[in-house]
Amino acid sequence: MKKESLGSLFWERFRRNSLAVSGGVIVICLFVLAVLAPEISPYKPNDIDRNSILMPPDIRHPLGTDDLGRDVLSRMIYGARISLAVGFVAVGIAALIGIVFGAVAGYYGGWIERIIMRFIDIMLTIPTFFLILAVIAFVEPSIWNIMIVIGLTGWMGVARLVRAEFLSVKERDYVMAARALGASDFRIIFRHIMINSMAPVLVSAVLGIAGAVLVESALSFLGIGVQPPTPSWGNILTLGKDNIEIAWWLSVFPGLAILITVLGYNLLGEGIRDSIDPRLRESERR
Amino acid sequence: MLTYLAKRLLEMIPTLFGITLISFLIIHLAPGKPTDALSEMNPKMTPEARERLEKYYGLDKPVMVQYGLWLKRIVRLDFGESFSMDRRPVMQKIWDTKQPITERRLFITFMLNLMAMIIILLIAIPIGISSATHQHTLFDKITTTTVFVGFAMPSFWLALLLMLLFGVYLDWLPISGLKSMNYDVLPFWGKVIDRVRHLVLPLFVVAFGSLAADSRYMRSSMLEVIRQDYVTVARAKGLSEKAVIYRHAFRNALLPLITLIGLSVPGLIGGSVIFENIFGIAGMGQLFFNGVMARDYPLIMAILTIGAFLTLLGNLLADVGYMLADPRIRTGQ
Repeated sequence: MKKESLGSLFWERFRRNSLAVSGGVIVICLFVLAVLAPEISPYKPNDIDRNSILMPPDIRHPLGTDDLGRDVLSRMIYGARISLAVGFVAVGIAALIGIVFGAVAGYYGGWIERIIMRFIDIMLTIPTFFLILAVIAFVEPSIWNIMIVIGLTGWMGVARLVRAEFLSVKERDYVMAARALGASDFRIIFRHIMINSMAPVLVSAVLGIAGAVLVESALSFLGIGVQPPTPSWGNILTLGKDNIEIAWWLSVFPGLAILITVLGYNLLGEGIRDSIDPRLRESERR
Repeated sequence: MLTYLAKRLLEMIPTLFGITLISFLIIHLAPGKPTDALSEMNPKMTPEARERLEKYYGLDKPVMVQYGLWLKRIVRLDFGESFSMDRRPVMQKIWDTKQPITERRLFITFMLNLMAMIIILLIAIPIGISSATHQHTLFDKITTTTVFVGFAMPSFWLALLLMLLFGVYLDWLPISGLKSMNYDVLPFWGKVIDRVRHLVLPLFVVAFGSLAADSRYMRSSMLEVIRQDYVTVARAKGLSEKAVIYRHAFRNALLPLITLIGLSVPGLIGGSVIFENIFGIAGMGQLFFNGVMARDYPLIMAILTIGAFLTLLGNLLADVGYMLADPRIRTGQ
């Protein structure tokens, strides 16, 4: 009989889910694009060519050029770097804060839990996009600040998730055993409980990257995210809006890239969830 | 039922308090003084004048004292004066009493979101029900795919595409504002048609994102309910499929959706920044965006607070809806 570890069981389920696999392929392609950007992009992203301003797609510029004659395809390939970086760093920050708050609330309970949960309720009441904009009004709009702000306003879901996991796990026998053996709170939280509640956090983080990519592109589109000349899909779309009457390619391609990226992360996240535990399927999402 | 409602209202008070505290702290802990924005504009600003300005806004006092003073004012709906050139009271900018009600920014944003919400419900509920009752059919597959794409669709890109198609290439619909230049001289029906033409694209864009989420939610909630014993019983006693679905299953499947609607309010309000910006609609979202660009901090604080208040209101309405739909809560069991 074949030996079945948890990992191989997961992989077996994941592999059979064609949507999940295609999500994974999209995400891997993005990584490759981002890492190899200098090698594969046909032009430098900031090379200005006065002789080919706002040219529609043709052989020389497969996705056309923008108002400064820069090659849109090259700018979009470099834009993948921004999108990838923002997604991972912002979600990393959010996950870290969420895990700490959720773990503390779930493990200790009592008034600490009440205060944290109330704080989460309040944060969820303020429209996130307003909150992000309000903070950005007072800091320089740079890619680092964008990452931090998106992370600081996106941890509440993870915190709730981790707390719920902790509540259901902390009375289990193995936790009791660890406590009886004299393990410290820190050790119990991180070595014993956390390991067993990572799966839903991972899923929510992958789905969260999709959300962060959307927020970054929206901010850059509004002109308060990644600042030109650094290329990002969002700020190419701004040019698309400014030249909507004459240059459709500036509006169509970057948006398509965002759509495919977000779709990829969503498919991957849902695929991981279904593979970890098929029972979770069709359960609450968003 | 009344006690339940009263309890919910009481619970709102500390939340409201917390919201004001957070909006206040964000602005005050952020690097750079709020008066920087005022003084940057003016090269003649001397340190003395600056000090006077800080005193005027109470910025020389400890943060908690400032918070207390601010709280005292906003209870009376006084959000102070805007930092922009016109120096108008912030409240007048949001709710301009000199203009007819349909021109006031808060009203415009509120009505757009309300209309979008109604459209979402009118479309999402039937779609969710049919794809649940026709699970694994072509219709279900098409809606499921559409929903998945809908989740990933950046709303501002959808807006751009629609503007490109219907505004530029087909030239069917206007792409900016809420009425035409010649609106005032139009006859009554002309006015109505003009309004509707301007509303089609923005409302579609606002509704689209939530449509995906809500119809999906309705579908899974419905799938769960139609597997329940009481639905089988209803079928077994010979009720028509229509009665089973709409009388027995539908009401119970609606409950989680009500919660979801309440939760979607902050997203809708936050999204108004984006779509009002794209479609050139003079609502609260656009005002907020302009305020952010100008670092108009009394305005930013005011709209943060009002946005959160509207969210709380949405949650409360969801609670009331839940109560009306669920007899167990209504009778206080």
